[in-house]
Amino acid sequence: MIRLPLEMRTKKYWKETAEAYLYLLPAFVILGMFSFYPVVKSIYMSFFDWSLLRETQYFIGLENYERILNDSVFRTAITNTLRYVIGYVPISIALGLIVAVLLNSKIKLRGPLRVAYFLPWVTSSVAISMVWRWIYNQHYGLLNMMLAGLANVVNTVVEFVTFGHMTEVWQFANPNWLMEPQWTIINIVIISVWQSLGYNMIIFLAGLQNIPHELYEAAEVDGASPWQSFWKITLPLISPTTFFISIISIIGAFKLFTEIYVLYTGRPGPVNSGMTIVYYVYRNAFERYRMGYASAAAYILFAIIFIFTLVQMRASRSRIHYGS
Amino acid sequence: MLAEHQMWQYRLRKRVTRGLLYGVLIAGAALMMLPFIWMITSSIKAPHEMTLRTIQWLPEVPQWQNYKIAWEAAPFDIYFRNSFLIAITVMFIEVIFSSLAAYAFAKLRFFGKNVLFVLFLGTMMIPGEVMLIPNYITMVNFGWVDTYYALIIPWTVSVFSIFLLRQFFLSIPHELFEAAVLDGCGKLKYLITVMLPLSKPALVTVMLFKFIGSWNSFLWVLIMTNTPSMRTIPVGLTYFVSDVGSYYNYLMAASTFAMAPILILFLLLQKQFIQGIARTGLKG
Repeated sequence: MIRLPLEMRTKKYWKETAEAYLYLLPAFVILGMFSFYPVVKSIYMSFFDWSLLRETQYFIGLENYERILNDSVFRTAITNTLRYVIGYVPISIALGLIVAVLLNSKIKLRGPLRVAYFLPWVTSSVAISMVWRWIYNQHYGLLNMMLAGLANVVNTVVEFVTFGHMTEVWQFANPNWLMEPQWTIINIVIISVWQSLGYNMIIFLAGLQNIPHELYEAAEVDGASPWQSFWKITLPLISPTTFFISIISIIGAFKLFTEIYVLYTGRPGPVNSGMTIVYYVYRNAFERYRMGYASAAAYILFAIIFIFTLVQMRASRSRIHYGS
Repeated sequence: MLAEHQMWQYRLRKRVTRGLLYGVLIAGAALMMLPFIWMITSSIKAPHEMTLRTIQWLPEVPQWQNYKIAWEAAPFDIYFRNSFLIAITVMFIEVIFSSLAAYAFAKLRFFGKNVLFVLFLGTMMIPGEVMLIPNYITMVNFGWVDTYYALIIPWTVSVFSIFLLRQFFLSIPHELFEAAVLDGCGKLKYLITVMLPLSKPALVTVMLFKFIGSWNSFLWVLIMTNTPSMRTIPVGLTYFVSDVGSYYNYLMAASTFAMAPILILFLLLQKQFIQGIARTGLKG
């Protein structure tokens, strides 16, 4: 007979267990229905030719996966998503850290500045993507008008400095940001960096508060420049925070959808230049009703995110400095 | 003499770096605010002012009626009502469910606790997109498409909130709990009368996150609603775009009032909000 641990042999323990399960019941039911069950169900569905438009579904084994991996549109989706991740994640982390370090010094206006940097994060992606659509407008958009103004200033200055030898060094081409496919991912990176920088900044600020001030004082006494302090003290000691932010940023970045959908009014950008993995899932599931196929694509997304996270955890293990 | 000279140099250098610091930070903040400023000034411009080829920061005569025109061009009153109704309901149910679950995980000893906790946390690793399709089918089977049920019930539990509250509950001394239970205080009563009042900051954080998340949520509402009467603000806004096309002054007016509730909420509660986010980062 298996002997239960001492604690488990008391009536009190089982009474408490019953009570605990009662408290967990609502959460468990909801999670069971809308998280645990669908996770299993979508694996199952991914092996079927599953259409909402008919009653019976056909088992096709790994065919969905095979077809997805051979689909050139899916490959475009992967490339676009990766380009986005590689562009967005480092920039938003670096800028978040820079602003946090600057704000962490004793300055006035700290509160209002923090709010200003953070504000974009709370706004809805839909509303804000709409605003950016207007900013990116080729003829009347703020971006092109500002760039044209900047080009004008640069040209004038260069002309003046070179005594008129160099004119029109920057010929502003008035790019059509939303129509030319090479800009699509860059457009989205700009919006995302703008929107998430403040969030990273807040988390970095919290991390910076945990670095003992004496370290900086000691460094200053030893004649270290602020630049050296940053590289030798701040950066190593903030690394757990950096790690946390990079994990959640990467996971979030792989799920890019809403910004594309709104910026390009329900299309994945010109010539699929904004086709992302989630957009691919959305299109197959809810525009073409190929549920099994889309489930397989969603699982491939999960696998990619999982591998990325795992690699990151492995790679960072030796490099992250965890304090006592 | 030399010392004085050095002192002077030191002070000058300090001043210059200080000035530079302010300059960079303020310029950056201005850049961050620019899209909002441009949105608001565009929203009160006259049609001919929207097609200028040079920057005009302020309209000659503010066209406040743009807001009225935009508001009446689509059923925004319904969208707002839906967004508020859903966000508030989800927020309250969620905070109750999450507190109960977090309390069990933090203070009670029970069979299968660690397994369940890991199982709960595991769902945070899986992208919602994986669950999207089976959940859609579940909704179709329940006949919940285009109903409030579909927009509320799946979102009434969040593992993230449970985790956050659990961490906070753990920081409340356990002796307090033991003493109260010994004195015959029921566990549920203890949660309501002692734990929750002590956990106000964490509760506010969880509720704020949920409200904003619900208000801004897009993809689920997009696939779950077919009729205008069920749409929320973000989804309504995307349909509004296809209706008014490139009348950007009306679009900017609509974007402004779509953001307004969240911006106001944030400005009122920014301290709790920022502390809340900082907390999630540290515990993560």
